[in-house]
Amino acid sequence: MPGAIYAEGLVKTFGDVRALDGVDLDVPEGTVLGLLGPNGAGKTTTVRCLTTLLRPDSGRAVVAGIDVLKQPDAVRRSIGLSGQFAAVDEYLTGRENLQMVGQLYQMKAKAAKERAAELLEQFHLTDAADRPTKTYSGGMRRRLDLAAALVVSPPVMFMDEPTTGLDPRNRQQLWEVIKQLVSGGTTLLLTTQYLEEADHLAHDIAVVDQGKVIAQGTSDQLKARTGGERVEVVVHEREHIRTAVEVLAGFGKGETTVEEHMRKLTTPVTGGAKLLAEVIRELDTRGIEIDDIGLRRPTLDDVFLSLTGHVAEAKDEENGKGAVQ
Amino acid sequence: MSAITDSAVIARRNLIRMGRIPEMLIFGLIQPIMFVVLFTYVFGGSIQVGSSNSTQAYREFLMAGIFAQTVTFATAGAGAGIADDMHKGLIDRFRSLPMARGAVLTGRTIADLVQTALTLVVLAVVAVIVGWRTHENFGKVLAGFALLLLFGYAFSWIGALIGLSVRTPEAATSGGLIWLFPLTFISNAFVDANLMPSFLRHIAEWNPFSAVVQACRELFGNLPPGFKTPDAWPMQHPVWASLIWSVVIILVFRTLAVRKYRRATG
Repeated sequence: MPGAIYAEGLVKTFGDVRALDGVDLDVPEGTVLGLLGPNGAGKTTTVRCLTTLLRPDSGRAVVAGIDVLKQPDAVRRSIGLSGQFAAVDEYLTGRENLQMVGQLYQMKAKAAKERAAELLEQFHLTDAADRPTKTYSGGMRRRLDLAAALVVSPPVMFMDEPTTGLDPRNRQQLWEVIKQLVSGGTTLLLTTQYLEEADHLAHDIAVVDQGKVIAQGTSDQLKARTGGERVEVVVHEREHIRTAVEVLAGFGKGETTVEEHMRKLTTPVTGGAKLLAEVIRELDTRGIEIDDIGLRRPTLDDVFLSLTGHVAEAKDEENGKGAVQ
Repeated sequence: MSAITDSAVIARRNLIRMGRIPEMLIFGLIQPIMFVVLFTYVFGGSIQVGSSNSTQAYREFLMAGIFAQTVTFATAGAGAGIADDMHKGLIDRFRSLPMARGAVLTGRTIADLVQTALTLVVLAVVAVIVGWRTHENFGKVLAGFALLLLFGYAFSWIGALIGLSVRTPEAATSGGLIWLFPLTFISNAFVDANLMPSFLRHIAEWNPFSAVVQACRELFGNLPPGFKTPDAWPMQHPVWASLIWSVVIILVFRTLAVRKYRRATG
């Protein structure tokens, strides 16, 4: 049984550019999938295909149990879309925007009005509710945009780079909102170029590059693929380095690297915190004084680099923007 | 059913916007008022219509042409508005909602119709001030304005298609205006087309724009004394020709625009 968001072999070409080159996805109900990749990787195009905005050249997609290509209208009733390209009207007030979206979701005017008031409250926009959104800050506009996607509490949500361009404080706030939302059982597909964001919000991460999913798994699984954990020790005395290397050899899964001048030793290990405690006990038994010790796990940056051979940084404009096809 | 309510929701949205950007309406008025003044006072004395040399005859002859030109300028408004919505990502928002497919465009064109009507009211007042008078009954005069609105509505669908086809709102504005100048000048709007070289005269007589102008002159009673109505069918039956043209334009451009909208990517 496919998940709440399911895609199989999605292909989309724009002229000579193969924006999607066979994307497969499966997001179980109630979970969050982070679609991670640099600009131009095909994240936005994937979201556009899944939200009925773009028709893929081939492939199959099912959202909330409904075939996206066969019944796009039914899909639209079950999804909410927010992010870099789904905007709000800047000359309408926050309240007017939400009411309009509610009515276009086929709510009665009165119900749409009540729902708008509820959402404004929930997203701390009540004070600004009757001002044109032109006057909103970037963070407020994103919150309103997110609220617009939640008008009918859709079971499946798509967010395209929800925090791009926000300052750290606003990003943190938005993350809290998204976490709350997900704890209510919504299935969410989220695209991001921020590794930290995927790490923070997503149960599963799919790494996308050049129109393909090149790796998928939990953050821990992906990190393990990149060579797993390492223990880093900084000893107090330089003459203890040799003994410490012997100690680490007993626990390590590979060669220990030594940075003499920093008195720092690094060894790949498996076994996590429990092993770290054992290392500390053994060093202590041998009378080695340490300045610092820690378990270092690879960041998603490391993961991305090892998977794609290039770092996850902005290349060029995401495709799918521009003129009419 | 949802096609009607959705269109109404979108029309309301565009009217609210219009109220918050009144300069759009004001700029929309300046150009036709300028034309009224220019043609009345600058060219008016030296343009002959029918057998009359009187300034008053030209003033009355002129107004239908300016009214018709004004309603066709709604094309640029609709085009720029829709291109702007595409550009800002609003069209994507709308397309992801379970709403009637044509409603975004229908709502926009209806809002433009309201704007055109407001513009016409102001312009008619200015026209009366500079000496424009009608010589038919009130019903016919109203029918003339209704015909103008229908024609303007048809042209806003051309604008909708242009708006969906260009990359920026600026391109939609110029793309919506450029072709309107030859269309409105190679017509009977400002001069008696009988005096044009025969090649241009044929174009002018079959120009849909001329049909509307001729129809309004008849309905307003503004044909100058001694004016010889050309033999071309649209000039002999201008009301019918205007209706047919308007309906054909709406059918063709609405179909094309809605089809484009469904595949649009912002």
